[in-house]
Amino acid sequence: MIRFDSVSKHYPDGTKAVDELTFEAPTGQITVLVGPSGCGKTTSLRMINRMIEPSGGRIWIDDQDTSTMDETELRRGIGYVIQHAGLFPHRTIVANIATVPRLLGWNRARAEARALELLERVGLPAGFARRYPAQLSGGEQQRVGVARALAADPPVMLMDEPFSAVDPVVREQLQDEFLRLQGDLGKTIVFVTHDIDEAIKLGDRVAVLRAGGHLAQLADPAYLLAHPVDDFVADFLGKDRGYRALSFQGSPAFSLTQEQTVPLGATPAQAAGAARDGWVLVVDASRRPLGWIESGRVKSPIKPEMLHRGGTVATVGGPLRNVLDAALSSPSRRGVMVDDEGAFVGTIRAHEVLAEIEERARPELEDQEARA
Amino acid sequence: MINRIFAWLTDGAHWQGYDGIAARLIEHLGYSLIAVLVAALIAIPLGLYIGHTGHGRFLVVNLAGAARAIPSLGLLLLAVLWLGPRFNGDIAFLLPAGLVLVVLAIPPILSGAYAGVEGVDPDARDAAKGMGMGGSQVLRHVELPCALPLIMSGIRAGTMQVIATATIAAVVGLGGLGRFLIDGLAVRDTPQTASGAILVALLALSVDMVLAMVQALIVSRGLTGRYKRVKTFDPDAGVTPPAPALQHVA
Ligand SMILES: Nc1ncnc2c1ncn2[C@@H]1O[C@H](COP(=O)(O)OP(=O)(O)O)[C@@H](O)[C@H]1O
Ligand SMILES: [Mg+2]
Repeated sequence: MIRFDSVSKHYPDGTKAVDELTFEAPTGQITVLVGPSGCGKTTSLRMINRMIEPSGGRIWIDDQDTSTMDETELRRGIGYVIQHAGLFPHRTIVANIATVPRLLGWNRARAEARALELLERVGLPAGFARRYPAQLSGGEQQRVGVARALAADPPVMLMDEPFSAVDPVVREQLQDEFLRLQGDLGKTIVFVTHDIDEAIKLGDRVAVLRAGGHLAQLADPAYLLAHPVDDFVADFLGKDRGYRALSFQGSPAFSLTQEQTVPLGATPAQAAGAARDGWVLVVDASRRPLGWIESGRVKSPIKPEMLHRGGTVATVGGPLRNVLDAALSSPSRRGVMVDDEGAFVGTIRAHEVLAEIEERARPELEDQEARA
Repeated sequence: MINRIFAWLTDGAHWQGYDGIAARLIEHLGYSLIAVLVAALIAIPLGLYIGHTGHGRFLVVNLAGAARAIPSLGLLLLAVLWLGPRFNGDIAFLLPAGLVLVVLAIPPILSGAYAGVEGVDPDARDAAKGMGMGGSQVLRHVELPCALPLIMSGIRAGTMQVIATATIAAVVGLGGLGRFLIDGLAVRDTPQTASGAILVALLALSVDMVLAMVQALIVSRGLTGRYKRVKTFDPDAGVTPPAPALQHVA
C-alpha cells in the first residue's frame, strides 16, 4: 500500500504543483492518477520514488515513511516506467532489461536468463534479445521498458503515461497485455495518464486530479462514471458516460437466436438458402465468425474480401457494452455472439439488450458512501 | 616537379639518420600523441563533469569560441618568449611548444565530451536514476558510453589540429616534420618543402584512420546504427490465418 499524507510540492518560483494531496493506493491494485496536463500527476508520481522531494507531508509505503529510507534502496524496490521508455541506446535489449539485476549484483548468466524470461512475458520474440533499442518500434520499446522495470520483481510499479506515445491500435494492445500481466503479477501500481478512457479501462481505482494537484474524486471506474462529484469531473469524464458505464456490467444468459451459417467458398445458392433478411454469417472451419455477407450480392463462391467489414463480436457473459455494440455495429442488425473459444453461438438484437438494461437495478447507485 | 618530389621522398638517404624522415616522423608523432594524451586527460574528465552537473557550461562555450580565434603561431612564439628564458636547455623550447599543443587540443576534446554528455537522452538518464543508479553510476553506465561518439570526434579534431600545429613547432626548434618545410624554404629546396607538407598530410590521414578504427571498436553499435544484419525468425509470419472481417471486442 502506498499512502499520501497531505503531500505538497511547491517550487521556488511559487508554483504549487501539488497541494496537500492525501490518498491511498492499495496493495496489488492499479491506482490511476488522471487529470489535465500540468495538474501535478508526474510530480505526485515522482515524489513516491523521491525523484522529486516533497516540500511537505509524508508518503508511506507499507507503513514505512519513504523520507527515512535510503534513496537507492527505495528505488530498487520500485519499477519505474516512463513515456518514451528511456531505454539505454548503447545496450542490447537483453542488457537493458538486465540492468537492475546486474546493479543488484546478480551474475551475468542469471540476469540474462531473467531478462529473456521477461522478454517473453511482455510478448516480444526471443530474437529481439540482441537487438538495440533503435531497431525497435515505439510500442516494442515500451514493452522493453516494462520488462526492464519488472526485472528485479519490485512489489511497486510507477508508470508515467507509458502508452501515450504510441498509436491507438498499439496502445490498445499494450493496455490489454498490461492488464493480463498485472492479472498474473498483482503489483501495487500507480499509473499516470491524461487519457480518461485509459484510466477507466486500466484502473481498479481512479483518482481524478485538478490543477494544483488537488484530488477531485477517487473512486472505482464504474462509480466514477455514474457519480461525477462535480462539473469538473463530469466534463473531464466526457460524453457517452452511460454507454461507457456498461463496460462494467456483465451480461446475463441471453437467449440467443440461432442462425444458419455458411463457410467460405459457399455458392450463391447456398448463401441465399441460409440468409435471413438478406444477410448470412460466414464462419470458418472452427465456427469462428468471419463476417456478414448480403446473399443477394453473392455471384460467385464466397471469398474473404467479399465480407462486410465493421461489425464487432461479443463474448457470451462479457460486458453489456460489448454485447450492445455487437448489435449496433452489425450490418444485419443481429449482434454476433461467441463462446470463450471464439466459436459462434447465436445472435442478439439491440432491443433485447436494451430491455435487459432497462430492467436492471442500478447497482452503482447503491451504497455510495461505502465505495467513495 | 612531381617526379622530383617523388625522387626526394624515395631517396633512402633522406630516411636515415637522426634528422632523416623516419626520425622526424616519429618525433612529430610522439609530440603530437603526448600532447593529445595530456589534453585528453584534462579535457575528458572536465567535459564529463560539466556535462553531468551542468556547472561551468559557460567555460566550454567561451573556450571553444576563443580557441577558434587563437593564431597558433603567435601563441607559440609568445609562449617561447615568455617561458623560454625561465628554463635551460631543450626544455626551454619543449615546454612552451608542448604547452601550446596541449592548449590547442583541449577545446575540441572538451566540447566533444561536454556535448556528448549533454546530448544523452534525458529519458535514459531519468530511467537510470529511477532504477536507483547514483550519479557516478549514471555517468559510467549511461552518459560516458553514450557520449563516446562525440568524445572520439573531439579527440580526432584535436589530434588533427595538433599534428598540423606541431609542424609550426619546428620554427622554435622542436624538430618533427616541420623541419623539412623550414629547411627546404631556407635553401629554396622545393622538393624538400613539398615533401614535408605531403608527409604531414599523410601522417594526419593515417592517424585519423587509426582513430576511426578505435572509434568503431569502442562505440556501441546501438549508437552508430551499424547493426549486424540479423535475419530474425518471425514465428508468426505466414502462419496467421486470414483475419476475420469481424472485430472481436474482448
Ligand atoms: N521544476 C519546476 N519548477 C517550477 N514548476 C514546475 C517544475 N516542474 C513542474 N512544474 C509545474 O508543476 C505543475 C505540475 O507539473 P506536472 O506534475 O509535470 O504535471 P502533469 O504531469 O500532470 O502534466 C505544472 O504547472 C508545471 O509547470
Ligand atoms: Mg506528466
